Amino acid sequence: MHMSDALLSPAVGGAMWAGTLGTIAYCSKKVRTEADDQVPPLMGVTGAFVFAAQMINFTIPGTGSSGHLAGGMLLAILLGPHAAFLVMASVLIIQALLFADGGLLALGCNIWNLGMYACFIAYPLIYAPLVRRHRTPGRILLASLASAIVALQLGAFSVVLETVVSGRSDISLGLFALLMQPIHLAIGAVEGVITAGVVNYVRKLQPEALVHTGMTRRVPGGRLKTLTLAFLFLALVTGGVFSWFASANPDGLEWALQRITGAAEIPEHTTGIGATLRALQAKLAILPDYTFKPDAPPKAEASRESLAWPHVDVGTTVAGMVGVAMMITLMFVVGVGIRALRKRAARG
Amino acid sequence: MHRFDLGALDRLAYGDSPLHRLDPRTKVLVTAAFVVTVVSFPKYEIAGLIPCFLVPVLALLLGGIPAAPILKRILGASVFVICVGALNPLLDTEVLHRFGSVSISAGWVSFGSILLKYVLTMSVLLLLVATTSFPGIARALGRVGVPAVFVNQLVFLYRFLFVLLAEAQRMVLARDLRAFDGRGRGLRVTAQLLGTLCMRTVERAQRIYQAMCSRGFSGRLPSVGSARLRMADWACLSLMALLLILLRNYDLVGAVGQHLVQIF
Repeated sequence: MHMSDALLSPAVGGAMWAGTLGTIAYCSKKVRTEADDQVPPLMGVTGAFVFAAQMINFTIPGTGSSGHLAGGMLLAILLGPHAAFLVMASVLIIQALLFADGGLLALGCNIWNLGMYACFIAYPLIYAPLVRRHRTPGRILLASLASAIVALQLGAFSVVLETVVSGRSDISLGLFALLMQPIHLAIGAVEGVITAGVVNYVRKLQPEALVHTGMTRRVPGGRLKTLTLAFLFLALVTGGVFSWFASANPDGLEWALQRITGAAEIPEHTTGIGATLRALQAKLAILPDYTFKPDAPPKAEASRESLAWPHVDVGTTVAGMVGVAMMITLMFVVGVGIRALRKRAARG
Repeated sequence: MHRFDLGALDRLAYGDSPLHRLDPRTKVLVTAAFVVTVVSFPKYEIAGLIPCFLVPVLALLLGGIPAAPILKRILGASVFVICVGALNPLLDTEVLHRFGSVSISAGWVSFGSILLKYVLTMSVLLLLVATTSFPGIARALGRVGVPAVFVNQLVFLYRFLFVLLAEAQRMVLARDLRAFDGRGRGLRVTAQLLGTLCMRTVERAQRIYQAMCSRGFSGRLPSVGSARLRMADWACLSLMALLLILLRNYDLVGAVGQHLVQIF
């Protein structure tokens, strides 16, 4: 049961599609150039295996209800992160088109939510490090549990964020998260246990089936990649969560201005090019003042101190994350540009 | 969630009609554009969405598709949307309209909008599948620029889906026949079943790969059909573009209503 189009806005759907398509292109290139010859045909059949596996229900101990394997983590373990993402994407496309499970615009979101976190966060940062030195059944169980739980929590929270930011539903971030996260904690635990069961069984009987993972070939610059990912994660958490703790009191500049002129801000331009630019900025600003609600009345100075702290707000979280994402994109673009210029200088 | 008549919608795609004969790229583009347009309507919009039903209805008629399987699937997949959308009337109780003594809250209006958007987007998606075979869609994506690795993956997955589903069906039947009082349905047995299926999958993949290599497979799947868009495709694309601009920017329902009121 995946996200539907009716609850999304074009902006959110489009953005997630852009991310998904970019990741598909990246993974395709990686699989074409780095994976060994056997991986592409294996990808097709393992995709079909995921469907088949989802048909085999089991009863969850203690509740009596039935569940089935989702397969994201198992794919990553079998095929390596890049091929696994492609397989996950293809499985979800088939589910959307042939099973009417999820909409066309929401497909971008669904692929991202179910593929990105399992393949590129849970697998390389949690499963692989835990299992690298000691491949014992106990370790595999622990690693599977931890990575499945993390992957599903992140995926579920992404659904919450995408729905709330789209603004078609009135459900609040808090309420939706309260509904989604605990359920997916349980689902993640079951998924981890089943995945570990399958992996251990296959290891016992046919260990050569597990040889195709990308982690068996040492990725050059492995530690740098882990470091970069760790920093990215920290940056996102800081932008997303710690921004709530930002003080609502006036910052240094505003404080100084207030002491000098008696007002916290210089009066805005009303005519000329200043006014034009101000109007342009107002139109472009998607998150004015680091939050949503552009049509809410401007906060009076007196009420600033009385704001609850930490100021938990979806808009601030999104603003923080958008800010991080844009900074990284900008740095990336500048880096690529500098490299291109240097190459051209070296050639000429 | 997983119906065993998976091929039913797909089988319709091998029919013949003006809609079936269009290039898959056209149909994918048109469907995507329609979905984005419908979803871009604001939260409380209902009147503007009604004329949009013209598109799926026309597609149904032109394609000669029976309505029953489409409606059945729309209903079947609606649970999640209804659950989340139904919270709107509970959370948003500001009154928006009044008809005499009946007042309608904004929550109900937005819920109605969500339902309409769901039916519109889901129906065009199903009609896309019913008029374009899945391999056709995969090939269309390949022509548009999606990497060959991914297109191959889609085609292979589709090809082996039915094989492996049948195998899983046999396994489930065998297990159910041997299961007493829920004994065979626990985690341990399921993990072993899945593990067996997994090993058979890997072995099967190796056999398939060797068979393909010995028949000269080099990484590219040959495709049938011309790569050029025909007149019908261009006509469909431009008509759709015009229609979408019209639907999104003009209050057709209001205009028709006003004209009718003037006549009578």
